[in-house]
Amino acid sequence: MKIVVCIKQVPDTKGGVKFNPDGTLDRAAMLAIMNPDDKAGLEAALRIKDETGAEVTVLTMGLPKADDVLREALAMGADNAILVTDRVLGGADTWATSTTIAGALRNLDYDLIITGRQAIDGDTAQVGPQIAEHLGIPVISYAEDIKVEGDSVIVKRQYEDRYHMLKAKMPCLITALSELNTPRYMTPGGIFDAYEKEVTVWGRADLKDVDDSDLGLKGSPTKIAKASDKVRKGAGEKVTLDASESVSYIMDKLKEKHVI
Amino acid sequence: MDFGLDKKHEMARTLFKEFAETEVKPLAQEVDETEVFPAETVKKMAKSGFMGIPVPKEYGGQGCDPLTYVMCVEELSKVCATTGVIVSAHTSLCIDPILTYGTEEQKEKYVRPLATGEKLGAFALTEPGAGTDAQGAQTKAVLDGDEWVLNGSKCFITNGKVADVYIVIAITSVTEDKRGRKKKNFSAFIVEKGAPGFSFGTKEKKMGIRGSSTYELIFEDCRIPKDALLGPEGKGFPIAMHTLDGGRIGIAAQALGIAEGALERAIAYTKERKQFGRSIAQQQNTQFKLADMATRVEAAQMLVYKAAKAKETQKVYSVEAAKAKLFAAETAMAVTTEVVQLFGGYGYIREYDVERMMRDAKITEIYEGTSEVQRMVISGALLK
Repeated sequence: MKIVVCIKQVPDTKGGVKFNPDGTLDRAAMLAIMNPDDKAGLEAALRIKDETGAEVTVLTMGLPKADDVLREALAMGADNAILVTDRVLGGADTWATSTTIAGALRNLDYDLIITGRQAIDGDTAQVGPQIAEHLGIPVISYAEDIKVEGDSVIVKRQYEDRYHMLKAKMPCLITALSELNTPRYMTPGGIFDAYEKEVTVWGRADLKDVDDSDLGLKGSPTKIAKASDKVRKGAGEKVTLDASESVSYIMDKLKEKHVI
Repeated sequence: MDFGLDKKHEMARTLFKEFAETEVKPLAQEVDETEVFPAETVKKMAKSGFMGIPVPKEYGGQGCDPLTYVMCVEELSKVCATTGVIVSAHTSLCIDPILTYGTEEQKEKYVRPLATGEKLGAFALTEPGAGTDAQGAQTKAVLDGDEWVLNGSKCFITNGKVADVYIVIAITSVTEDKRGRKKKNFSAFIVEKGAPGFSFGTKEKKMGIRGSSTYELIFEDCRIPKDALLGPEGKGFPIAMHTLDGGRIGIAAQALGIAEGALERAIAYTKERKQFGRSIAQQQNTQFKLADMATRVEAAQMLVYKAAKAKETQKVYSVEAAKAKLFAAETAMAVTTEVVQLFGGYGYIREYDVERMMRDAKITEIYEGTSEVQRMVISGALLK
């Protein structure tokens, strides 16, 4: 069985988000980490590898320094790593990104593709399903649990107030939630090995069946008008009253704020 | 000369730091308060390969260099010195001598389960009457047919009751020199937990590293196989000394970690603590103390990393190890004492980590050769 996990190097937002004067992310000022949902997806793949001996390949699109997250994935136990990097791919939105990654994936044999649900720097949750669409394979998003059964996967998909149990025949694509598992640590020996291994580097010329008009900034229909950090909510107000008093209290507050 | 770390060592540090912050730090206070050995943490460390970092892969280890191992002990000790010494004693004092002096059979039998963390190791040299002066030792081993018979006791043994494999140094003969003075000749043995006649005495109640299992080992007609001898008969003393050279680098890393951990807390605390309307970090007294501590800590780190590199590239590294341990241990003691002072009354309260760190630091000036012994080693090489 062959699994490809798509991962992304993202800025660590734990310490807050920093912007350049033009409104774009100041990536240099923030620590770069493996996107948490992607890391859970990688762990899911490695668990399948532990059970079945599957071959796990990690793939990322990004700047040359995205090599760091690929080495981290290798140190956790992935077998192969591919970096898709090219100046013409820069500034890609979700459409151009998924087109690029699908173009890279067309070079590979795979039974299962796992992506994270969404990246913490963009929060769109679009790239995974778009890749599946480009490749013409089924997609199951928001996976909380993944089981491989014969030539199919059984996935517990998170939903607003319930979950769905879905079965899909491979090849297919799954988007993983960070709640899926607790990713393993790298091992010191794994780190040493990771730096001995070769990371395959692909550029524009290695992408299969894609048009230049769908790539990079030029191929991105999304235009960012403005970006800002999350507005922190106030602490709120806590009151302890019985049910009927609470209702009147809330009604008064809503009237006071002209909500009703 | 390159003072920077390469990418793989940087990544290894990231791993150790993340593990220490996530798995070790939350338990550090409890481990100290309850004096309970952190067995679950050791299991997690085993799973992540921390129990055999400098051991070749062919024996189940991680195949990394001594520097990577030193960085692991350093990062663990930043948050919990107990956890740091568990790894250090296990790796430097038990695995290392078997790897260096063991037969192929001994390496296969013992190093593999030790390196994977399936088993834990310890080292027993010190006796009630023999600390710095090894000639004061009383524990004897006598060959009886196909077995060695051990009698005596060892004290202050790290990983004492929780270990599975022990390196035990015992007298195997007494010879007289030309002037008729008696000289005890030692040999090293590998003793497994459960050997007949091997039992544990009292658990030591310590000032610091209180979660570390420190016990007395008792040997009463303890019978072990003939092939439990480690290295040649009569070479136990040089084996022990060489083992301690490596051990000292581990303890130097532990001391370095304690000092770094205390300094990190001092930086955070002095920025928050306000007196006379401004943070104490804005007072020049604090700034100068922080500057002195940071300089000293970095100097200690360089000596420790240099010793780790010497262990990798040189056959003999006694002086490098002695200098690293001497300076790092005295740095740990000086820095933690100063940091408690900067914390004022809060520094004396157990709720704050720095109180524990000051207690933990003291042992680094004592075990695996006191600071006085390190000065003897260094000056001995100078005056040779």
